[in-house]
Amino acid sequence: MTRAMIYTRFERFWHWSQAVLILGLLFTGFEVHGSYGALGFGTAARLHTLAAWLLVALWVFVIFWFAVTGEWRQFLPTTDRLGAVIRYYLVGTFTGEPHPFRRTTRAKHNPLQRLTYLVLKLAITPLVWASGLLYLFYNRWAHTGFAGLELGTVALVHTAAAFLMLAFVIAHVYMATMGRTMFSLLRPMITGYEDGERADGASAPADPE
Amino acid sequence: MGIVLGLLLLGLVARAVSVSAAVVEGESPSTADHGEFEVLDGPFDSAIDVTRACLGCHSKAADQVQRTIHWRWEFRHPETGQRLGKRHVINSFCGSVWSNEPRCTSCHVGYGWTDMHEPPPQADDQVDCLVCHDTTGTYWKLPAGAGHPPYAETRSSKSSGAPGAPVDLAHVARNVGLSGRANCGSCHFYGGGGDGVKHGDLDSSLVEPPRSLDVHMSAQGADFRCAECHTSWGHRVAGSRYATNARDTRGIDIPGRTDDSRASCESCHGLQPHGTAKLNDHVDRVACQSCHIPEFARGGVATKMWWDWSTAGRLGDDDQPLTIRDAAGHLSYLSTKGSFRYAEDVVPAYFWFDGTMRYTLRDEPIDADHPPVAINRFSGGPDDADARIWPFKVMRGRQPYDTVNRTLLVNHVYGDDDTALWTNFDWARALAAGTAFADQPYSGEYGFVETVMYWPITHMVAPASAALDCGACHARDGRLAALGGFYLPGRDRGAWVERLGWGLVLLVLAASGAHAGVRVWTRGRRGRQA
Repeated sequence: MTRAMIYTRFERFWHWSQAVLILGLLFTGFEVHGSYGALGFGTAARLHTLAAWLLVALWVFVIFWFAVTGEWRQFLPTTDRLGAVIRYYLVGTFTGEPHPFRRTTRAKHNPLQRLTYLVLKLAITPLVWASGLLYLFYNRWAHTGFAGLELGTVALVHTAAAFLMLAFVIAHVYMATMGRTMFSLLRPMITGYEDGERADGASAPADPE
Repeated sequence: MGIVLGLLLLGLVARAVSVSAAVVEGESPSTADHGEFEVLDGPFDSAIDVTRACLGCHSKAADQVQRTIHWRWEFRHPETGQRLGKRHVINSFCGSVWSNEPRCTSCHVGYGWTDMHEPPPQADDQVDCLVCHDTTGTYWKLPAGAGHPPYAETRSSKSSGAPGAPVDLAHVARNVGLSGRANCGSCHFYGGGGDGVKHGDLDSSLVEPPRSLDVHMSAQGADFRCAECHTSWGHRVAGSRYATNARDTRGIDIPGRTDDSRASCESCHGLQPHGTAKLNDHVDRVACQSCHIPEFARGGVATKMWWDWSTAGRLGDDDQPLTIRDAAGHLSYLSTKGSFRYAEDVVPAYFWFDGTMRYTLRDEPIDADHPPVAINRFSGGPDDADARIWPFKVMRGRQPYDTVNRTLLVNHVYGDDDTALWTNFDWARALAAGTAFADQPYSGEYGFVETVMYWPITHMVAPASAALDCGACHARDGRLAALGGFYLPGRDRGAWVERLGWGLVLLVLAASGAHAGVRVWTRGRRGRQA
């Protein structure tokens, strides 16, 4: 039995530190937004800013890593088997069909994942960053050409982007339970290794997460 | 090389030590001991004689004082052109100085101003040097003596409760010095007719305040005199409630480069006073006072928040004036003055304030149909760069007005005559007398209208550790809940973003739950079939 390394150490480090930071940002962000009181506004705002800068630093590393390893190609969209994957989640998963996609180190994400992560990386995240940085540097607007902007508008865009992010996180976590077993998709994201049987081409559904 | 450096360092340290040793505790820096001057030996028959002695050396002092607002009780507002000052305004406490002179002018920095038609007495010796420069704490002015201290035994007593003994003028004269907190406080702490009544952030608790009450004036803090911030030049004192510097953009006051006034926090603390950038981001929009004075009237002295004149005049069953106190021991009714509400540890109200105060003067029409009538008002808003969010004491009450001419009325409250309200309890006669004295047109028809007066709060600065938390304002129902016109994080949100956002989150949760349910159900069925 072989064990294939699907997620390298860097990818796992990146995924989980990003996960922790995003959950922290959501938790502190919605407190800053006034949705509840847990840490106190001041503490929540401080931690939110700190986590945001850590995430910025992480992203700089990740973008560099994508660029030099060529792994950015993992997120190029494809229509190949996209319909089949969607159909699987709507029908096949209930009737016991096999997953139409097989994960390899060259194609770690199924077509639906590729599309979702691409939208996340090219639309939602930039929206969060742009509105968040503007929000953070509100006091410099007058001197940097943003004088016409309204804080309310920026805050609403940032909030809207946060809702999209929260919706993604919920769907992402749920879909991570849709492997052969509850945790079979989670395991490679922790250990890095896919179970050997399916890497050999056994008929069990490849884990889509 | 090392030795040379070491010697240089030693020299620097020695220099630093010698500079800091320049201030010796308990030692006066004054170059004169007034106890040694024969001219101050006395005895003095009158305080006026003391002033003459002072002017013998300080020959320009009276001239200087007589140019100031403390003397003239008059202030021409540079922006609005309004003629303000005690000689002209009506407030929501005792109303107006006119027709009540000897009582109100007991706080005039002079002697014998008994008629508001005239400016204060012109002679140099009518200036009161002692009320500001007494260091013994024994000088006091009679409550209704037009500025004079008691020269003989008196039934009146100092507001702070000292017995009514005559002042030893020679003793006071030999012990003059710089104005301390108690000097300024002898009038400013007792405005409105009693300790702490008027301002809310100025009362007798500031004479010896604990650090928690006022970090600057406390002996455990900086032990500042009022004049440390209210700097003066030729007896002209910095700082104004009529023309406030609501946003000091000059920062730390460097002699020769700025306005030589320390009557703003920024004068010492600068424009970046906090250690964290986000807090400093607030100073252009939020006055320091808003966060650093969490409540006013914190020193154990209550301040008056409501004064309803309309109930004044009701006498007891024995036809004697009534004095009623509330459960906390504060006055709640006086036949002379009406009904009151006092409060301690009051949370201020917050407004955008550009520093320019306008008053409703007695010749200005009021809109009595839409009370409360604003005794004073100010402008400023989120788009006004000169304005910041300031804390205020909001004084409310009901005051007499002319129902025909629609003006606030001069009320004759004090006097040993048959018209003064406080001795005769007859509104019609008191208002007729007050308006006649003040040459104010009066129809003879009066009513009472609710009024509101705004007092900016700037004293009783707490230690930094007791400043407001961010969440005091950044909250749905925080202290700034009522202040509209700008987006405040933590308070404001967009209704549609909320609806759509939470709707989407709930939808994803519900879809995931339903999907999971069907998965479990179909898997169970497949299992049974297999």
